[in-house]
Amino acid sequence: MSRVYTDTIEPRKPTQDITLGTTGETITLPGNDLRVNTFKDKGGNTLWTSDGSGTLSSVNSALKGNLVLLSTQTASNSASVSFTTGIDSTYDVYIFKFSDINPATDAADISFQVSSDGGTTYAMTMTTSFWYMYHFDTTGEGVNYWAAGDQAQGTGYQKMVTSTGNEADEAAAGELHLYAPSSTTFVKHFYSIFNSNFVGSGSQGTELDYASGYVNSTSAINAIDFKMDSGNFDGTIKMYGLL
Amino acid sequence: MGKLRVHNIEAQTGTNVDLGAAGDVVTLASDSIQTNLYKDSGGNTIFQSDGAGTLSNVNSAMSGAGPKLILSQTASSSANISFTSDIDSTYDHYMFIFVNIQPATNTVKWEVQFNASGQTGYNESMTTVAWYVQHWENDSATSGPELTSSGTRQGNGTSFQCMAEDVGNGSDESLSGEFHLFSPSNTTNIKQFNWLINDYDQGDRSQQRGGGGNINTTSAITEVQFKFSSGNINAGKVKMYGMV
Repeated sequence: MSRVYTDTIEPRKPTQDITLGTTGETITLPGNDLRVNTFKDKGGNTLWTSDGSGTLSSVNSALKGNLVLLSTQTASNSASVSFTTGIDSTYDVYIFKFSDINPATDAADISFQVSSDGGTTYAMTMTTSFWYMYHFDTTGEGVNYWAAGDQAQGTGYQKMVTSTGNEADEAAAGELHLYAPSSTTFVKHFYSIFNSNFVGSGSQGTELDYASGYVNSTSAINAIDFKMDSGNFDGTIKMYGLL
Repeated sequence: MGKLRVHNIEAQTGTNVDLGAAGDVVTLASDSIQTNLYKDSGGNTIFQSDGAGTLSNVNSAMSGAGPKLILSQTASSSANISFTSDIDSTYDHYMFIFVNIQPATNTVKWEVQFNASGQTGYNESMTTVAWYVQHWENDSATSGPELTSSGTRQGNGTSFQCMAEDVGNGSDESLSGEFHLFSPSNTTNIKQFNWLINDYDQGDRSQQRGGGGNINTTSAITEVQFKFSSGNINAGKVKMYGMV
């Protein structure tokens, strides 16, 4: 076995590539430490790129997993939070995860509408239903349909919770699942599940809210907007795509 | 500092070329390395590319802890969609996603049944609950939340379990949702499942439907079948994921 001792290997001519081994050969690094920012396959397709500080970009989808975080937005006394890019036919299901949604106004409801024009207009037609279960901190519990939370071919914002408290430690959290928003054949189904600090009837407690329905349009949805039915809000909303 | 100027480095003998020695760091100042097969020092494949950017044999730790897509099936006038492999002890939790499932026949039920290891037929004993909420497009009425219609819940029954009723077959009508099956390979306990679906009903209603149940067997469940109570699945997609 021949051995060459050197500190640097450079191409024989500037800008030429260096080829290590031939087809079928294995390149081994006994030192177990390879440092490079961009990994590509043999066809030159980038598998990932690092910025040299450990932050990766251009990561091949097969290395991302099937639930892909697309965007995170943090509301801080915000009137609304919109996602106007990244909603397309890449994913069959878009999942929005909400945490620490705290309204500025007491008993406000977080709600959403969608857009087929990139966010210029949020007023697509929906038919929806809404029901909830609640249990007060003191006494009282129940299950109810909530007519004020549904829509029949309505174009308003769809509520996902009822009456979230605005005290410092009160919040709502949950998920919204939106199916095949880019379909131009079918209506778009969705459902949301939230748990919140519910305030009502002079008391407070926990409430589990289920909203669901369809956006009654065969136009592709490409943007979504979240806001309270009254006042601003704090919280984090993450948009994921499920491959 | 020694410097070697070269275009190709090949093995003189055998098929291995070593760069550096133990403890050395090999740095590529050119910022790019290209190869199809990446392995660790033990020869274990981390991932493999086909040279066109499509990867296979990806180490499970590389793709996060989220759902792992195992199989996606698209219906096209199909009698059913069945998953007959890969349901095993690899995952504790299997998730099935329904995307725009459309029946060929109007006013039908979307159903599920299972087959246990070593047995034949989709006929496992189940005990189930199911509920629904609905709202008419014309706002004439709402229903629920309440239990589904009689006969759509089972007590030790072996029929296909109804997950949605009255699904419409209009051109833009369909259902979407998800179904979860827990520990199908457990041979000590019975198996649990649940679902949540929204469907566009034949009477122009939005229906939210949910439920769950037990599969009353301690045999491993290895197959799942989805179908409509009558007629084919005109269109739609069912995707099976393993949950890490």
